[in-house]
Amino acid sequence: MADETTTPTPRAEAPAGRASGPGGRGPGGPGGPGGRKFFRRKKVCKFCTEKIDAISYRDVRLLQGFVAERGKIVPRRLTGVCTTHQRRLSRAIKQARNIALLPFAARY
Amino acid sequence: MQRLYEVMFIVRPDVVDEDLDKLIAGLEQTVTNGGGTVKSAEKMGRRKLAYLVRKFAEGNYVLFTLTADGSLIAELERRLRVSEPVIKFITVRMDEEEKRLAKVRAIRASRKKLSAMPVAESAEAAPVPPAPAETPTQASA
Repeated sequence: MADETTTPTPRAEAPAGRASGPGGRGPGGPGGPGGRKFFRRKKVCKFCTEKIDAISYRDVRLLQGFVAERGKIVPRRLTGVCTTHQRRLSRAIKQARNIALLPFAARY
Repeated sequence: MQRLYEVMFIVRPDVVDEDLDKLIAGLEQTVTNGGGTVKSAEKMGRRKLAYLVRKFAEGNYVLFTLTADGSLIAELERRLRVSEPVIKFITVRMDEEEKRLAKVRAIRASRKKLSAMPVAESAEAAPVPPAPAETPTQASA
């Protein structure tokens, strides 16, 4: 649950896309008969679109956007990061944790 | 074999500035004596730690960028482990990453040249099949 509430931070468009869900039809999901229609905005990888090639463990600002408030790495399906970049991202986050730039588990 | 590394370490917060400089100079000395070169030694200043390390909530971050042998890195790490004011360190190998970045940049640069011209053309010429065959030759020339 905590993950779901925090994910909109990296992808600012996500809540907007979800808000237009009930009203927005168009090329969205094939709403089943009687089922709720979902319009899900196609998520795109932040690193691909903004052409960030190097994901450094020193860039805390960047990495912070991809950890949940308790310090977990946010899964790809929520942030829309592509596989390659998620792999690099998780490595960078783990390195940053090791040198105390990011928490392993945030104090609550 | 000489490789590019980044060594980041945290010095305890109650160390005086002069001592910190002395420590950094000493570590640089070990690197140069061992046949490596220090490209940069950067004091990143005092930062709050994300979790307690040896009961310290703050630390002085120092970043070394250096080229060195694997054995020299082992020696440097041993020294970091032994030296009392250093509370945490991490070594990251950068050369593979640098290589990959250079490659990506090269590809991107060549792409840009490619796309600079055909973008205008492609609007008109896109439906015509022979058009794409021409564009690569133009770009390579």
